[in-house]
Amino acid sequence: MIDASLRQEMARQGVVTTTVQELYNWGRKNSVWPLQFGLACCAIEMIAASMARFDIARFGAEVFRPSPRQADLMIVAGTVTKKMAPQVVRLYNQMPEPKYIIAMGACAISGGPFRAGYNVLKGIDRYLPVDVHIPGCPPRPEALLEALMALQKKIDAQPLTGPDRPRHLDANAPGEYLVPECGEHDLVPSSNSQLWQPPVLVRGE
Amino acid sequence: METLEQLKARLETAIPNAKIEIVPNPSPVNQPSLLLDTESARAIAHFLRDDPQLRLDYCSNVTGVDWLKAGYLEAVYHLYSVALKHGPVILRMRTGNRADRVYLPSLTPVWRSCEFQEREVYDLYGIVFQGHPDLRRILMWDEFVDYPMRKDYVEPDDYEYDPTPHDDALEKARKHYPQAPAPLQTEAAQ
Amino acid sequence: MIAIDNDTEVKQELLEVSMGPHHPSTHGVFRMNVLLDGETVVKLKPVFGYLHRNHEKIAETNSYLASIPYTDRLDYICAMTNNWAYTLSVEKLAGIAVPPRAEYIRVIVSELTRLINHSCLAGFLLQDMGALGTPLMYAFREREKILDLFEALTGSRMMHNFMRFGGCRCDLPPGWVDGAKTIVAHFGPFLDEFEALLTGNEILRARTEGVGVLSGALAVSAGVTGPMLRASGVNYDIRKVDAYGAYGKFAFRVPLGQRGDVFDRYMVRILEMRESLKILEQALRELPDGPVIDPKAKLRNLRPKPGEAYGRIESPKGELGFYLISDGGPTPYRFRVRPPSLINVTILEDLCLGHSVADVVVILGSVDIVLGEVDR
Repeated sequence: MIDASLRQEMARQGVVTTTVQELYNWGRKNSVWPLQFGLACCAIEMIAASMARFDIARFGAEVFRPSPRQADLMIVAGTVTKKMAPQVVRLYNQMPEPKYIIAMGACAISGGPFRAGYNVLKGIDRYLPVDVHIPGCPPRPEALLEALMALQKKIDAQPLTGPDRPRHLDANAPGEYLVPECGEHDLVPSSNSQLWQPPVLVRGE
Repeated sequence: METLEQLKARLETAIPNAKIEIVPNPSPVNQPSLLLDTESARAIAHFLRDDPQLRLDYCSNVTGVDWLKAGYLEAVYHLYSVALKHGPVILRMRTGNRADRVYLPSLTPVWRSCEFQEREVYDLYGIVFQGHPDLRRILMWDEFVDYPMRKDYVEPDDYEYDPTPHDDALEKARKHYPQAPAPLQTEAAQ
Repeated sequence: MIAIDNDTEVKQELLEVSMGPHHPSTHGVFRMNVLLDGETVVKLKPVFGYLHRNHEKIAETNSYLASIPYTDRLDYICAMTNNWAYTLSVEKLAGIAVPPRAEYIRVIVSELTRLINHSCLAGFLLQDMGALGTPLMYAFREREKILDLFEALTGSRMMHNFMRFGGCRCDLPPGWVDGAKTIVAHFGPFLDEFEALLTGNEILRARTEGVGVLSGALAVSAGVTGPMLRASGVNYDIRKVDAYGAYGKFAFRVPLGQRGDVFDRYMVRILEMRESLKILEQALRELPDGPVIDPKAKLRNLRPKPGEAYGRIESPKGELGFYLISDGGPTPYRFRVRPPSLINVTILEDLCLGHSVADVVVILGSVDIVLGEVDR
């Protein structure tokens, strides 16, 4: 790394120094294009976040692409039902790398107020790797912007080489995730065991 | 609009074999209903729609009810009149039992609004409406076999815990986590 | 297969396309299986259930009071009217009376909700037609102003959970009525600006006039209610027919359409917004004093006597009704939502036959569905 005072001296002379990683991640994080994918009530707050008052365009993310082939970010906004879950996973599989997921709202995190429903998937992280979770029912548009900023911080910290590098730079990382099928009583399988395990309960009796 | 007793008398004269009962409704809202038998239900429906005094041309709501203790399923129809602006007239039809005699006549040929609602009652309760143009599942996926809104439906075991468990969720968690872990030792106790 | 030979006939096949459940039109997870002959629709079957969240089953294990926040999430754009329909049904079931100030407040928030819904619908309809985002920006700008009022009153932008059995949860904060009067005063010029941009627009006219014509007789038989029914020329507005709440005290007209096409449905909604402004002006002027709920009203552990009740209101989408059966216990035995969006979609196939694929999106936009209500 270059010494900070040397950097400042060069900047004063009009010479900008950076690393490839910073430049690469700076470009990626400031133009994250979401997939236009609203499921339920949280979708209205997502639309409100893209409107004039909250303005997601400041973050470079105003271009909501309808086609998954052109999108970087899937904001799962709303309850994922068991009938819709295969479609959600298929859409995620169709997105090209690098791709991220924000689980917006209580329903996408864990089923939310509808957790007791027979048709409700108890959280999209049972089948897909989620990067940022936003609690709320629905979360305010400012919360979505905060999540986008947290995602940008996460993208900024991703190294280009080494064991922590992101999936799109790793030839051995899985390309597609398991698509569940609608069985006779429930989804088959009811969760992707490679991605999600039920959490360990630590509770005194 | 006439009372339900007068309506019942007129129906019994117009459709000779009809067996109609008045089901009282003890709540303050004063909405008693007519229990129809399945053979004459279609004819009664046509009469209610076409009679110039009633003109009940709008079927607002079709509901399925599962009476587990009594042992039958029920379909309830709420009828209003858009032309004469009165209503509701409430009809009920009951199936024979909850297992194999679950057939009721469909009123979709009389009121088109019953089409999707009867499909939903079939999907969630299992009442088979005879004469429905397209009876198949509407809300659940086609491969689903249960009738989820019945009172004896058992949900799939698809979640093992609950962040703030109430009694049923605690029971479920005990099944999956039989061993209670040892209590945490604090530094002061060690 | 198309053969280039001049003598051979061109073989054609019908193409089956699944429009949805994920598609650019912002109406939610709704799917239409469309059979196309070229671009013309030959058959259309709607498929839904992708947002079936089991409101009815969950309500059978919830107390009556605990179901009120769930009703917010049915038609999630119009949370206040959902609350009112449910509390009206429970009040009918249990015989609870509502003080006059609460009735006026209910009317005020419901009409504000109607303004939100209809202006957002105009925005979404225009977005489906290709005006990507601009009318929606204007509509959402007004929606944000009204949501600020709702947030000051209830604490939440969208899921208000405001009404209770026998009145409202809390009284209006100081300055709220003035804020509401300012919004009502500015909404009229906003509508003029909105209409100046949209109603005379030739693209809007060409794409909506004569498209998706619904006759009055079919609409009544198919149970269609709300602005869609009135656009086909049938005069049935539950605010006038049942005169529930305080609606009997206000003077307002019911706009009717003539042809029943998409343009009539759009215009009926614009005119209804103007009538809502009239109701709001009257209600805000005549708001009486008094309590908003009886202090001894029983909310928790409400056990209505065994019986049943069907209560309905004119929500912005149509007739929203709740049918409740009580067995004397703390939870309802049967909780049924009569969803206007689902029943309005019954005749979608009839409206779209013979039109092109592009018109299907516009017609669906004019039906104004919200999947939370269709699927419950």
